[in-house]
Amino acid sequence: MTVSGRAVVARGNPVRILGRLVLAALRQVGAVTTFCGRGLAAAVSPPWFPAQLLRQLAAIGYFSLPVVGLTAAFTGAALALNIYTGGGRLNAEQAMPQIVALGITRELGPVLAALMLAGRVSAAIAAEIGAMRATEQIDAMQTLSTDPFRYLVAPRLVAGVIVLPLLTAVADIIGVAGGWLVATRVLDFNPTVYTRNALNFLEPWDVGSGLVKAAAFGLIVTLMGCYHGYNAKGGARGVGRATTHAVVSASVLVFAADYLLTSMFTHA
Amino acid sequence: MSAQPKLAWQEVHKRFEGAPVLDGLDLSVPAGRSLVIIGGSGQGKSVTLKLALGLMQPDAGRILLDGEDITGLPGPAKRRLSSRFGVLFQGAALFDSLRVWENVAFRLINADGTPRGPARERAVEAMARVRLDASVADLYPGELSGGMQKRVGLARAVVATPEILFFDEPTTGLDPITAAAINALIIEQVRRLGCTAVSITHDLASARTIGDEIVLLNAGRIVWRGGPDELDTTDDPQVRQFVDGRADGPLTRPG
Repeated sequence: MTVSGRAVVARGNPVRILGRLVLAALRQVGAVTTFCGRGLAAAVSPPWFPAQLLRQLAAIGYFSLPVVGLTAAFTGAALALNIYTGGGRLNAEQAMPQIVALGITRELGPVLAALMLAGRVSAAIAAEIGAMRATEQIDAMQTLSTDPFRYLVAPRLVAGVIVLPLLTAVADIIGVAGGWLVATRVLDFNPTVYTRNALNFLEPWDVGSGLVKAAAFGLIVTLMGCYHGYNAKGGARGVGRATTHAVVSASVLVFAADYLLTSMFTHA
Repeated sequence: MSAQPKLAWQEVHKRFEGAPVLDGLDLSVPAGRSLVIIGGSGQGKSVTLKLALGLMQPDAGRILLDGEDITGLPGPAKRRLSSRFGVLFQGAALFDSLRVWENVAFRLINADGTPRGPARERAVEAMARVRLDASVADLYPGELSGGMQKRVGLARAVVATPEILFFDEPTTGLDPITAAAINALIIEQVRRLGCTAVSITHDLASARTIGDEIVLLNAGRIVWRGGPDELDTTDDPQVRQFVDGRADGPLTRPG
């Protein structure tokens, strides 16, 4: 057998493949954790770049309002229809306002806002920072005595943590309003009764837990954009790859974090 | 010439994915001199520059600045060190989202804490020194030609009066006339500041113009060192191959 033939057999060994995959996954987790630690350390110690933070608050927050609002409105409306239909099988249609409010504030508001940001913001961050890496702008920044973690990464992470709870609060209001609109205009619910039932049923922690989750999702979405952009390699193709990885990893991590946080909150 | 070089690479080794790029590089630049590193693609020129700038760390060996080891400095010390350097990158590496004057004044505003008003004044002064009109100060880099972008990059490199200027392929992608203008500006700025300069280039005309000394890098080592005039007179077979642009010869070809 030739050397290359033995190498193929060795590469095909399932235990070895599994071992390599586990090691690669651990390396990736370690790299992301270190990156996150550096970014957060830069966020809490001077020098800060407030102009950069303001720019990111606008880019991540203000310009995401339309897409988050529209998504929340349609989801609230569809949720109301589905719950009304499903509830009808159990003669529980009247519970629809409470379930819509609970579903939006605890789950759909933060998760949908995060997913919209994963698609819009995480990709944009990865593309921008990746292009800066490819054109040596990050190297240039370092030679100009400026830490890219402070100038590029920290403002984006902080903006994500601040902005996503605010967007989620907006999504909560618009989502519940979407459900109200369908319930009162299509399903003949009494507007006053619907509003009273929805609001009286909600507890502060229903909204609060959603906002806490949103802050964690904000960190995840911006972190994935920054991490994949900062480590982009190989010119335009590398930037494209970084953008895809940022969106996919941010979306998957949002779902994973959603389950973990929901599990923590329901057992607390 | 002082005994202690301004900048030195001592026994520097660097590998990428197991392949050696620098293989025991020994190189020094006396203070106030302009050294040009020439060599084929993939021979380690850019890595040599990036190691001195602290953008990469060597696997072994040391980088010395004024006799002090600057290898592997931690973040804050590295940033202080960077304030002694000015760099003109190959593609100028201007920040697309900032205006021309903000690019030139980037270090002044973000690292030195200079207020924006005085920083703009100094940026416009630096731009005037590289023959850039104040009217381009509020444009974005994407609105400038390649030659003008290089001038902005040069203005950014010299605005904070560095001790050492680094030039990474300063004339690549420019027409001969613009390249000559950039070479002239480089010489003018290096003389005005009285600083040390290290350049890497493929452009032999540029190397002859801006260099006091030229070294040929091949397979991660310096294989020849001499003055610009010696490039055309030396019998060294490696220099002859490079200068004459022959594919066959003793120089290593990139894989």
